[in-house]
Amino acid sequence: MDHSLNCDGFARQMRREIIKMLAAAGSGHPGGSLSAADIIAVLYAQVMHIDAAAPQLPGRDRFVLSKGHAAPALYAALALRGFFPMEELANLRKLGSKLQGHPDMKKLPGVDICTGSLGQGLSAACGMALAARLDGADNYVYALLGDGECEEGQVWEAAMFAAHYQLGRLIAFTDHNGLQIDGRISDVMSPLPLAEKWTAFGWHVQSVDGHDTQAIKAAIEAAKLIDDKPSMIIAHTVKGKGVSFMEDQAGWHGVAPKPEEAERALAELGGAE
Amino acid sequence: MSEEKKSIATREAYGKALAALAAADPKIVVLDADLSKSTKTAEFQAVAPERFFNAGIAEQNMLGVAAGLAAAGKMPFASSFAVFATGRAFEQIRNSIAYPRLNVKIAATHAGVTVGEDGGSHQSVADLAVMRALPNMTVLCPADGPSAAWAVRQAAAYDGPVYIRLGRLATPQLYDNTDQLKWGKGSLLRPGKDIVFFCCGMTVAICLEAAELLKNEGVAAAVADIHTLKPLDGKFISELATRCGAALTVEEHSIIGGLGSAVAEVLAEYCDKIAFSRLGINDEFGQSGSPQALLKHYGLTAENIANNAKRILARK
Repeated sequence: MDHSLNCDGFARQMRREIIKMLAAAGSGHPGGSLSAADIIAVLYAQVMHIDAAAPQLPGRDRFVLSKGHAAPALYAALALRGFFPMEELANLRKLGSKLQGHPDMKKLPGVDICTGSLGQGLSAACGMALAARLDGADNYVYALLGDGECEEGQVWEAAMFAAHYQLGRLIAFTDHNGLQIDGRISDVMSPLPLAEKWTAFGWHVQSVDGHDTQAIKAAIEAAKLIDDKPSMIIAHTVKGKGVSFMEDQAGWHGVAPKPEEAERALAELGGAE
Repeated sequence: MSEEKKSIATREAYGKALAALAAADPKIVVLDADLSKSTKTAEFQAVAPERFFNAGIAEQNMLGVAAGLAAAGKMPFASSFAVFATGRAFEQIRNSIAYPRLNVKIAATHAGVTVGEDGGSHQSVADLAVMRALPNMTVLCPADGPSAAWAVRQAAAYDGPVYIRLGRLATPQLYDNTDQLKWGKGSLLRPGKDIVFFCCGMTVAICLEAAELLKNEGVAAAVADIHTLKPLDGKFISELATRCGAALTVEEHSIIGGLGSAVAEVLAEYCDKIAFSRLGINDEFGQSGSPQALLKHYGLTAENIANNAKRILARK
């Protein structure tokens, strides 16, 4: 297992692949994929104990992309970690593809649970953490939620459950980019204040710059020291991060870049071989 | 018969069967949503407390947690009242359990109008319809104690999502042993050549009574327990209906989407000239009342079943 991958380089490659696969698919969600890229990069480049050669390894760390529409970010990370060939990314959202519009555990090795319907992932992550405890395993379960997703009531049912059962090996992130499809979360239906809510629900809460990979990694290490509470890391992010014309634009939530837009985006991202 | 036949609610049989499986299968984990004394999962809790988790009054999260447990190799049984398990948490069952075909068993109790006095808000009349419509879902509706215990054991031996519909009321014991029960196969409890009653759950016992009433009038009614609504035994249903030429479905569920619809689909596609009717809750919600008063009100009595049979026979 290679734990020496450079997070920033990994994230840059992820962003390039996200743009390329969305342009090839002609539909999908760039904004939230780009905002979540650095969090997922830290997990897949350095933190998670997983093995591309044995994706179903029982004691592996698990990742729940509760905001399943950021699937391109997860797919890019899995491909870069060698779970499947990079060329597969071009098949995103096509008929018969392993790369469904939202992650499908039965189709794509490396995906730990089906997500896409918002609000459900944290519950599944609780179940995984509970299973690990029953097995006496030492793996961690990571979950990534959207801030808009926190408008779903089930999130708070799961928040209660995780704290009640002291799921210390559950480490969740909120990709707090402040936008949802219809606009600013504070205008559409504010889930704020987030940190206070998670704290009140009995979680260990940290806030970080969600694009500072060192800070993200440090927050994960700090979360691992807490074993009697689940951890929430609120990652302050920018929707569309890395592509100037997509940044902080709700309009880029669920629209794929046209070919010329993809070219401009790739030029901005740099890092091409 | 050496042992006296006992009336027992299918939920009671579920709790006992689950507790009996606890030691044999360490993969089993049981979840409940603050109804463990009613759903009888408390029986499992008593013998395996370390594998019992109360999710509180939060059914959506409970089914989501079940999905995560299954994804990590466990076999969760999640219980609540049928109306909440399949209604409140429908989309969690759909997207987190059925879609990935995870090994989750949903054992839902207090199905149908025999919940009684709690009234229409608590009486599940559409759970079979919604569970049956989900791809990957197996749907079981056992008729008595032994068959409910059988259903639990079969569900545990099967890798995939299963919905088990269970009742609140005690029902007479119909099976001395469960050898004649086969997963996905209909079970003929009483032969007859004139009309066949297709039934499931607590209506099986009532149909057997109705068949006895009809016998006195010279009508030989067959009674077929369709304990597995999905996968449905279409061959069994079509052959039996063809042999009798007349069929009546009887269910403690809406006539839309449940057993009546399932049988109608088979008859329409594979049979000709069957005089057929459906008896059940006629596209309405339930209401408060004693279980017996409600069964009478909604026509789920031996007398009414026999009368319906005679009306159908007149069309033959």
